[in-house]
Amino acid sequence: MEPILPEKVQELINKFADEEIYLHMETTNGAYASHFNEKFFSAGAYIRNAKLTYEHGKIVGDGPFRVGLKLAIGWVYAEGLTHYGFDEEGHLLLAGHDFDGKLAVALEMGKTPFK
Amino acid sequence: MTETMEIEQERHVLVIFPHPDDEAFGVSGTIAVHTERKTPVTYACLTLGEMGRNLGNPPFATRESLPDIRKAELQKAAEAIGIQDLRMMGLRDKTLEFEEDQKMMDLVTDLITELNPSLIISFYPGYSVHPDHEATARAVVRAVRAMAPDKRPKLHCVAFANNTLEEIGEADIRYDIQHVYEKKMNAMKAHISQTIWMLKELESGVASEGSELHDRFNYEHFWTYTFDEKDKVSHIKN
Repeated sequence: MEPILPEKVQELINKFADEEIYLHMETTNGAYASHFNEKFFSAGAYIRNAKLTYEHGKIVGDGPFRVGLKLAIGWVYAEGLTHYGFDEEGHLLLAGHDFDGKLAVALEMGKTPFK
Repeated sequence: MTETMEIEQERHVLVIFPHPDDEAFGVSGTIAVHTERKTPVTYACLTLGEMGRNLGNPPFATRESLPDIRKAELQKAAEAIGIQDLRMMGLRDKTLEFEEDQKMMDLVTDLITELNPSLIISFYPGYSVHPDHEATARAVVRAVRAMAPDKRPKLHCVAFANNTLEEIGEADIRYDIQHVYEKKMNAMKAHISQTIWMLKELESGVASEGSELHDRFNYEHFWTYTFDEKDKVSHIKN
């Protein structure tokens, strides 16, 4: 993956607008966070292969970046995004890696389901 | 501390863990001893660790490429400690506790029926921290508990929750695995995407005898699971 170029990512987001897409989104602090620090409140969320259509999407910020997708009657957004890239099937992958190189957030989309 | 003991000769060892690398940290030395004796060892690894978070910055992998990387690492690690029967069970990381409990139990029962192991190695329910570890441990306990007591294989469990010592005491089994240290190290190195941080620490720390890290690489510990009042795993509700 490469550090996010916002103009480039904006173009890519535009390409998927008004198309039915499959979406992967996760945010996590890792399953061991509360083990290493018992005062840490562990939380995360995960959705894979959600099928949806967004009207428009936008990337905002100076890095780490935020991406929001406006749906007909709702929203999807993620913050803390640092890198972008593609998998073999051409899915757009956006990810936020923390200072230790650990994945903190992912937002991915494409026209075919994720494996 | 419990004194070290000899590893018993087994008929067949069945190792059940949810993630590639679970076998490397705690039990790869013990496995290597069994495989050196030509004892058949089956390792059923339930997921490919798809949700691993160590992707690097700059990243060396993506959420989508990680499973294939970890699969290759798992195969290499299995080879390093002589496992010939590696089974990748196709479940998904972080989802095991949400699967049907009966399906999880049946998966273990089927392996036991097929392989007739004299020893099963897995996690200790209630003291293994990660939700997938706990779900695996419950499935193993339920499957073994359902067997006639005289037919049950021994069940050796790994526990590492912070409250382990306080609540279930010290491990009753402690093996000296220094003679297979190289093999354990190679298993750890095979899982490089997961262990690189620890291996760096190790290089500086392992020499200091008595340190926790030294102990971890030279001895392996298990709690024998007993089906008595200590067994806290619930029965599946229909």
